[in-house]
Amino acid sequence: MNKTVNQKAWFLVLPVLVLVAFSAVIPLMTVVNYSVQDTFGNNQFFWAGLSWFEDMLSSDRMWNALGRQLMFSAIILAIEVPLGIFVALNMPKGGFWASFCLVTMSLPLLIPWNVVGTIWQIFGRVDIGLLGYALDAIGIDYNYTQNTLDAWMTVIVMDVWHWTSLVALLAYAGLRSIPDAYYQAAKIDQASRWAVFRYIELPKMAGVLMIAILLRFMDSFMIYTEPFVVTGGGPGNATTFLSIDLVKMALGQFDLGPAAAFSLMYFLVIMLISWVFYTVMTTLDAREGK
Amino acid sequence: MAKITLDNLAHSYLPKPRSEDDFALKELNHDWADGEAYALLGASGCGKSTLLNIISGLLIPSQGRVLFDGVDVTTAPTADRNIAQVFQFPVVYDTMTVRENLAFPLKNRGMDTAEITRRVQKVASMIDMEDRLDRKARGLTADAKQKISLGRGMVREDVNALLFDEPLTVIDPHMKWELRTQLKKLHNDFGHTMIYVTHDQTEALTFADKVVVMYDGRVVQIGTPQELFERPAHTFVGYFIGSPGMNLFDAQIDGRTARVGDTSVDLGQSYTAQGKTQIGVRPEFIRLQSGGEGIPARIRRVEDVGRHKIVRLDVEGRPVSAIAGEGDTIPADIDHISFAPEGVNVYADDWRVEGRA
Repeated sequence: MNKTVNQKAWFLVLPVLVLVAFSAVIPLMTVVNYSVQDTFGNNQFFWAGLSWFEDMLSSDRMWNALGRQLMFSAIILAIEVPLGIFVALNMPKGGFWASFCLVTMSLPLLIPWNVVGTIWQIFGRVDIGLLGYALDAIGIDYNYTQNTLDAWMTVIVMDVWHWTSLVALLAYAGLRSIPDAYYQAAKIDQASRWAVFRYIELPKMAGVLMIAILLRFMDSFMIYTEPFVVTGGGPGNATTFLSIDLVKMALGQFDLGPAAAFSLMYFLVIMLISWVFYTVMTTLDAREGK
Repeated sequence: MAKITLDNLAHSYLPKPRSEDDFALKELNHDWADGEAYALLGASGCGKSTLLNIISGLLIPSQGRVLFDGVDVTTAPTADRNIAQVFQFPVVYDTMTVRENLAFPLKNRGMDTAEITRRVQKVASMIDMEDRLDRKARGLTADAKQKISLGRGMVREDVNALLFDEPLTVIDPHMKWELRTQLKKLHNDFGHTMIYVTHDQTEALTFADKVVVMYDGRVVQIGTPQELFERPAHTFVGYFIGSPGMNLFDAQIDGRTARVGDTSVDLGQSYTAQGKTQIGVRPEFIRLQSGGEGIPARIRRVEDVGRHKIVRLDVEGRPVSAIAGEGDTIPADIDHISFAPEGVNVYADDWRVEGRA
């Protein structure tokens, strides 16, 4: 087939290019610009090369924050994914109670993040919070503002409370898409409950679970508001995750150069992990289609 | 293998059925003989899947009993009935290989490895999948998956019955024929009791020794394909089986004659019939005539379907079909039809009436 060549067609793409440049490319380049310069104020900048990147890579501060961040994401994934699946498996299959569960479980997802933080900040207080007061009353020494372990527990339980529903809802959707015939065939084959889960439910849920894991990983890796409201990154730096550290550096200390280098590396890490997820997912899909 | 007895069986999906209309499956007594191949034929929603699910134990009937070789299994769970079922959509365990799929029911029953290996080999050769045993099941075609789910049933040698719930629905047309032939051969070779649910008359008539025709929750006729063709016990059977289906004419029955409109038709036998009386004549038994005796008719069109011609006629505003030989010429001046006496059945309120000589 002969295609007509008409270079004017480029004008059709132009609005998108302008929009993307204005909203994404130029702001990102500003950050790149900061990351290779230094300033002593007065809006005067000097070329600093890659020294900020070297500084950041050799500073314990970023590595510690990254370590805490990875640990946090790993823990909440290890709790939320199995728990979400467990909840989904035990939800009613239909009727009023199914709708009731779905609505109830969606509630945490609808609450603004800083409100979630505030709820837990008050909930955990020993003097006026229900949880903190109750724990204190039964003799457990609990104080998330002073004890590292307590602070971590609070932040993790809060995240589990906030986000397990998402995993559960996705897993539930995956489960509902399994035709009844599979369960009937399993009954005829005398498959155990575990075998039904392992060979029918889990393979059928694999797709949505990958998405759930990806979403939960990305969200938890970028978490800021909730721990910031509850612990402010403390006690000490115990719950200072990457975003919290970055904000402290960029807006608290106004170290624009290091903070810019930091955010670029942060961005690259997220991109890298997304790419790995994407590759794994597409190869899984390809294997399925074979 | 076992004889399956349905005793006073009926089922309603409502908790408190009030009238007969509330029953998806109306009262039924029937024996499925050991080792026979049955087809359960009917339009969608006529209760055939309900009946199958009651036999397989996925559904507990609201009344009556199911017996396997005389043992009451009405409330026994599916696993205890030792039956196999092939579903409309192929059910395989995606993440397992073909071999693991076939071994799965045996493994769950705690059989020893050597015996499992032997049986899997045997079944694999029965369903012709020996060369693909180590492939993952997920990548296979729909017909191969259906064969695996059939194999998962046959791998249990003591299986009571093999049940098929419209198993060829998602299979490509050219594979349907092949699978059906294979199924028929498996039945001849191994003699399992088979019950095959379908709404496709060709499938039913080619597969089964006996066809059970269901209509509106009721079994209307059980018979060999020939019986269903020659002596349909219910107007639905006449209409549903045959292509095109049986022609029905409203008629007054009086002894040996039936009056259709202004014409008398000789029935060859004497009948007494009350209620809404009709005569049914298959297109194969309708003779086309020009002038003279018979029921006035007008030809609307002739369809040549290859093996024969279907003549579409108009009798007092109602469509009637007749079948003519492929080589026959259909004269344009046909204006009457008559019936071959052996092909006329008499119906009262949709049920066939037996004649007396």
